[in-house]
Amino acid sequence: MFSFELLLDAIVLGLLVGCFYAAVSIGLSVSFGLLDVPHVAHPAFLVLAAYGTYVLNQLGIDPIIAGLMLTPVFFVFGILAYRLYYETFERRGSDAGVRGIAFFFGVAFVIEVVIILIFGVDQRTVQALYIGKSIDIGDMRIPMRLLVAFVVALTLTGLLTLYLARTFTGRAIRAVAQDEMALRLMGANPVAIKQWAFGIATAVLGLAGALLIIVSPVDPTLDRTYIGRTFCVVVMAGLGSMTGTLVAAIILGVAESIVLTLYGASWAPAISFAMLLAVLAVRPQGLFGR
Amino acid sequence: MAGAQRGSTFWIVAALFVAAAAAATFLIKNEYPFFAGYVILQFIILATAWNILGGYAGYVNFGTSAFFGLGVYTAVFLFKATGAPLLVQIIAATGVGALLGFLVGLLTLRMRGIFFSIATIAVTIIIETFIINWKFVGGASGIQMIRPAAMPPFDSYIKMLFVNSAVMVVIAVALARFIQGSWIGRGLQALRDDEMAAECTGVPTLKLKLTACVISGALMSAVGAPNAMYLSYADPASAFNLNYSVSALAMALIGGTAHWIGPILGALLLSVTQQLLTVTISSEVNVLVLGLMLVLFVVGAPEGILGLYRRARTRIGGKSQP
Repeated sequence: MFSFELLLDAIVLGLLVGCFYAAVSIGLSVSFGLLDVPHVAHPAFLVLAAYGTYVLNQLGIDPIIAGLMLTPVFFVFGILAYRLYYETFERRGSDAGVRGIAFFFGVAFVIEVVIILIFGVDQRTVQALYIGKSIDIGDMRIPMRLLVAFVVALTLTGLLTLYLARTFTGRAIRAVAQDEMALRLMGANPVAIKQWAFGIATAVLGLAGALLIIVSPVDPTLDRTYIGRTFCVVVMAGLGSMTGTLVAAIILGVAESIVLTLYGASWAPAISFAMLLAVLAVRPQGLFGR
Repeated sequence: MAGAQRGSTFWIVAALFVAAAAAATFLIKNEYPFFAGYVILQFIILATAWNILGGYAGYVNFGTSAFFGLGVYTAVFLFKATGAPLLVQIIAATGVGALLGFLVGLLTLRMRGIFFSIATIAVTIIIETFIINWKFVGGASGIQMIRPAAMPPFDSYIKMLFVNSAVMVVIAVALARFIQGSWIGRGLQALRDDEMAAECTGVPTLKLKLTACVISGALMSAVGAPNAMYLSYADPASAFNLNYSVSALAMALIGGTAHWIGPILGALLLSVTQQLLTVTISSEVNVLVLGLMLVLFVVGAPEGILGLYRRARTRIGGKSQP
């Protein structure tokens, strides 16, 4: 039942899937980790992007290109979403916690149901040259789609990390997360920076959604599983840590893959949630917490 | 003395409500009104239970479905293992729900805001996964439940469940009303407004939150228990469906969380609408309406129906709220 080779397979697959998890979580790392927005609807936006990719793919567009085409749309979408959130909750201040959370929870459900009403509950997939093929390395068979997702995910995560660390706006975003008042005193407008950052965080979801539907078939309620995965990664990483996001995502990917190999698929959905609970109970500041 | 008088009014209305529910089961032959009415009563209980922790203490619980589903499966397990009657199933589910409330509370109530909410979803999925992998209660494919004969005064099981729910509504609302008026409610309100300040002035915050979580959880599981018999069927995907979580939360917030009457109003409004929509259009549209109303109310009417009512009353120039 147990063999070393099986375990090695699981670890390699877990590594690939883990980088993919980093790509779908990195937006949340910005919106929730840096900006403190209780963005429970993040996975619903992700699934929405996957369906957007599906529609474009039906027109014959490659899913990666489709994802790139979605990013500007999602950027605007994110800016509008933050504007609404800011005007209704952050500015009014009082009781923003309860209602802000309920707001995003409601938005997530609305998105889910709208997708069901348009596309039905069936699973959807995309077509591309690299989907359905696989390459053999030694005894190991690795699906091409995972490799493509891996490369794109790593590029995406890397670029966003560089953006936040090196560019002026990126640093401003980190500054607003650390001390909003100080930024205000220096004459910068923290709301404009947060709005921009939320736009970036949502724009990244355009491409991440494309990866989601490349890696596996997508159905409207998939966001429920990804609530666990994305929040697990972001919390385990330590809020707002980009390097942490990558490390945590790989840990989750490998853990899920090993459990899947040893105990079967029916236990897999609980892994991310169990790890999330464990992190919250034992080390709430995460691996790379500030 | 006004308080005492208001107290007796409450109990008179409650007694009349149960009596009317019982009388209806003898007067109306058709089972359908009770089938629909059961769901409405169920949501009144869930919204009221949610409000004890979510409204009074301000801890947004996404885990209603964890408690509800656990109640369903406590009943399924007991019925399959021992053939226990309905009342025993409900009492056992209440106990299990209280225990889960205690454990969840211990684990998560130190977390603030969104962390608590996400943790409660996590608990839901973890329990659901255990049930999916538990063959005795049917696993992922679910289990058929064969209803026993209804107990003597009732001629059908559904009618019996309906009256049972009516009694549970009274218990739940009375509990919420008691908590709201007691030192527990005042303590919860204090920690909701400013937890640090409450802690510093000597409010035993953790103890109060745990109490609220236990009572809220016990009620949610208690409502779950009769559900298996109501549907004659139970499966993990529907017993632990997040729709229960969003419904309970939406109903309480839409009604208004400050007063025990709020969740009742919200639950009545939404579940009656849902019943109509499910019958006339589709169950997807009913979730859509629920979500849209939640978003609209949270953005536009933060105090819910109660707040709208209060604002309308002050605008007309009537007596301001004491």
